[in-house]
Amino acid sequence: MANDTDSRDKVQDSPQLPKIPIFIMGKRYMVPEELTIMKAMEYAGYQFIRGCGCRMGVCGACGTVYRKPGDYKIRVGLACQTVVEPEMYLTQLPFYPANRASYDLAGAQGSAEEIHAAYPEVFRCVSCNACTKICPAEVSVMDYIAAIKRGDLELASELSFECIQCGLCVSRCMAELPQYHIAQMARRFVGAKLTPKAGHLREQVRNIAEGRYKDLMDQLESASKDSLIELYKARQWEPAKEGEDWTPDDHRGLLS
Amino acid sequence: MATSYYPGCTLKTKARNLEVAALESASVLGLELVELPRWNCCGAVYSLADDNLLNLLAPVRVLIRALEQGNDKLVTICSMCYNTLARANRMMREDLEKRHTINGFMDEEPDYAGEIQVVHYLDFLRDELGWAELRKRVTNPLQGLKVAPYYGCTLTRPYEISLDPRPEAPTIMSDFLEALGATPTDFPHSTTCCGSYQVLADPQSALASAENVLGSAISSSADILALSCPLCEYNLGLRQRDLPTDIPTIFFSQLLAMALGLGADLCHFELNQVNTRKLLRERDFPLP
Repeated sequence: MANDTDSRDKVQDSPQLPKIPIFIMGKRYMVPEELTIMKAMEYAGYQFIRGCGCRMGVCGACGTVYRKPGDYKIRVGLACQTVVEPEMYLTQLPFYPANRASYDLAGAQGSAEEIHAAYPEVFRCVSCNACTKICPAEVSVMDYIAAIKRGDLELASELSFECIQCGLCVSRCMAELPQYHIAQMARRFVGAKLTPKAGHLREQVRNIAEGRYKDLMDQLESASKDSLIELYKARQWEPAKEGEDWTPDDHRGLLS
Repeated sequence: MATSYYPGCTLKTKARNLEVAALESASVLGLELVELPRWNCCGAVYSLADDNLLNLLAPVRVLIRALEQGNDKLVTICSMCYNTLARANRMMREDLEKRHTINGFMDEEPDYAGEIQVVHYLDFLRDELGWAELRKRVTNPLQGLKVAPYYGCTLTRPYEISLDPRPEAPTIMSDFLEALGATPTDFPHSTTCCGSYQVLADPQSALASAENVLGSAISSSADILALSCPLCEYNLGLRQRDLPTDIPTIFFSQLLAMALGLGADLCHFELNQVNTRKLLRERDFPLP
């Protein structure tokens, strides 16, 4: 949904749109055919105080499962992104209980063994793949769990990167794993422990702490609105096709 | 032509010494093994319950991954992976009803009917290279090293998936060791169980099984015990700290790498027992 104002308008304007039947938790409603599931539920009278977040397909709060007549497949979508279809049977599963282990990230080594100790149930996975099949973000959940079992945290981190933590994988897991919490622990280990630290970043943070840019900041903060506008207009853009050695003409903000 | 290779989880962690030595050796011998780009745990144990199809999903999925690579063979190194994959493969080939159920359940995967051949690394060496050729390629023969070849359960049982046509008295590992210039010893418990997963349920009985095997190997006057399985290495190697026995253990692939003159750093001897490193040092095998 590109624009939230548009979608609100659509609900108000929707009496003009053709209507289709959908079943929300088993009850039949006639709703305008172009609405998303979330808008259709609101149209039908449901009011969301939870189970709806960003309305932009990012936050993962509105996971919804549905089926269509004559098809055994369970289908999935985010309510804010999925457009209603005639005769769909749906319910929202905005939350599914999943235990998150508590651990001390600062004191951890970043090893797979620590993840295995925090989530020993990971070895209950039988590779049924129900998690991957349900994932609305098309994450290869089974594959990242397999990677964590064999200690490949970098791969797990990469494979789970687009997880929106909606929890639908948890709802489908016959081994009762909290997959997304396990993947989050792996990503934290990769980010905090396994990825080499960027030396230049540490240096720049130290520069800032030591006040190297204080004068520049003070100048900006005390500048008049007009001179800020001038500075903004005169700012230098990084050319789109420059190599990574490109630097701006003004070197005052750069590392020496 | 490159052949697909399935490592298994333990070879990527605690048994890197088994994997790295095997892959480096294969590369020196001109045998190209390519790890499956996508794989999951094989399931580790082949379920003996006749109706436990759920535990077959993992190994069958691995076989499908191999099929996708367009290769007719899948090489494994770990004994447990070999056994689980080979038996799952045989079931898919021969039991039409179970094949139908499993293919029906895995509706997101292509159907599988046992098209792949699951091959253990030792088989692969024997069939692709042959022992006579291997003997020629050895640059550092393991002269005077008496090695007890240990098969355990999973390389030769059940008969249908045995690496050796004579599962009750296999010789494939002795043949391999002879090609390396070592002296294989003959010991009666070379195919007796090491204690396997009983180490979790009943550690004392697992220790008793291990002691049985180790005592038998020592009686054959072996200097060292050759293994092909990380779980056997745990029960027969690491667990010797709780036993009166003191015999070094080594993976067959490490012996191969040594005989081919590969650097000791490729063998990851730091993952072996202390007494293994001691023996190698005594035999003037350079350790890093």
